[in-house]
Amino acid sequence: MRTVAAILRKDLVLELRTLETVPAMVLFSLTTFVIFHFALNRATVAGQLAAGILTGTLLFAAMLAVNRLFVAEREQGGFDAFLLAPVDRSALLVAKALALFVFLAVLEVIALPAFALLLLGPSLGRPLGGLVILLALADVALAVVGTLVSAIAVHTRARDLIGPIIALPLLIPALIATARGAGPLLAAHGATLPAGRWLLILALYDLVFALLAYAVFDFLLED
Amino acid sequence: MDPRPAIDLRGLTRRFGERTALADVTVSLPEGATLAVLGRNGAGKSTLLRILATLLRPHGGEAVVLDEPLPRRAWALRARIGYLGHEPLLYRDLTGRENLEYHARLHRVPAARIDQLLDAVRMGARAEDPVRALSRGMAQRLAVCRAVLHEPRLLLLDEPLANLDPGAAALVEPLIGRASGLTRVLTSHDPHAALREADLVLGLQGGRPAFTAEPARLDPARVEELYR
Repeated sequence: MRTVAAILRKDLVLELRTLETVPAMVLFSLTTFVIFHFALNRATVAGQLAAGILTGTLLFAAMLAVNRLFVAEREQGGFDAFLLAPVDRSALLVAKALALFVFLAVLEVIALPAFALLLLGPSLGRPLGGLVILLALADVALAVVGTLVSAIAVHTRARDLIGPIIALPLLIPALIATARGAGPLLAAHGATLPAGRWLLILALYDLVFALLAYAVFDFLLED
Repeated sequence: MDPRPAIDLRGLTRRFGERTALADVTVSLPEGATLAVLGRNGAGKSTLLRILATLLRPHGGEAVVLDEPLPRRAWALRARIGYLGHEPLLYRDLTGRENLEYHARLHRVPAARIDQLLDAVRMGARAEDPVRALSRGMAQRLAVCRAVLHEPRLLLLDEPLANLDPGAAALVEPLIGRASGLTRVLTSHDPHAALREADLVLGLQGGRPAFTAEPARLDPARVEELYR
């Protein structure tokens, strides 16, 4: 845990100092909401359409962070420095996934009110609790799969392409569960909690990919 | 009976795809001694150091370092080796102190050791500056601190004095030089400087050993030949 805390702390300090990732994710999301606002030619959206726009935008914004997650490690020798330390290599997976989770959470704190302001018809207040639970589970999926894929892609020359090309198909089940779970929450007079089956699917997805990532991550760090 | 060598390599080989970067390297280095690895660019010096540092896996032969066979017991070796490569392995947007604190946490080293090292290389006054604002020589002094932070028994030094002026080189001498008393493997493009430091010299040519000899018994013409 101390190793995880050390890496996470270093990543958060680096992000606070450089502001290279989260501001880009926020700007991308806000721009996308504005584009949808005009492209759909509708003042407001609700229900499944709103859920699709929200989850799709967050998914693509997450790809920006996925592409940058290991860049400092690759370009500034962080991989070598970490590999030279007598620590469990899984600590890097956990720390990077936590960092990505934090980035996504910060993004959503800004993007959700902006979405409500720019596009969403129904009030966000009533289903907010349910939406937070759903997005938290979706963020775990994005963080785990994103970290795994980023660790694969960072060693390739076309890493900016490879990351999304691998991650997006893998994340389709999580996207479906998040969007279908969020649809009723964002409907006029809709539900306050997502249907249990979507939460269960997301939790199961998170568990399977967390175990998979844990099993293969060491091999990704081998030369 | 002689004590077990700190480094014992037998037929060590490493390939990158079709290219053989290191072939059939056999060398034995006693504890506390210095091995200088000489050769032209691309001769395999850095590859050898990266294998010893557990950053690369050997593809053939045997390597036992500080009694730990590689790569099987690489994890057990890492706490006892200090590696100084071509790159300083420091984050440019963190300060020197933050970088060393990060490495201290990874190696579970008390923070007091950081101040001790910063003072030793006279970097205390610039410790709060981001690494990107430092000269290459200053970054190299911090890299030396990083490499010896956890008090390793074996130093792997790839061009350790690159970017250092004579004054800075003198500052790091007690930490990574002969005065440290540590077992060392060092590479250098300056064969004369390396020969002064070495107890044993390994000449590499195209990834293959050209000679292994004590400096006093080494024909200078053989060293010159390496660079032709």
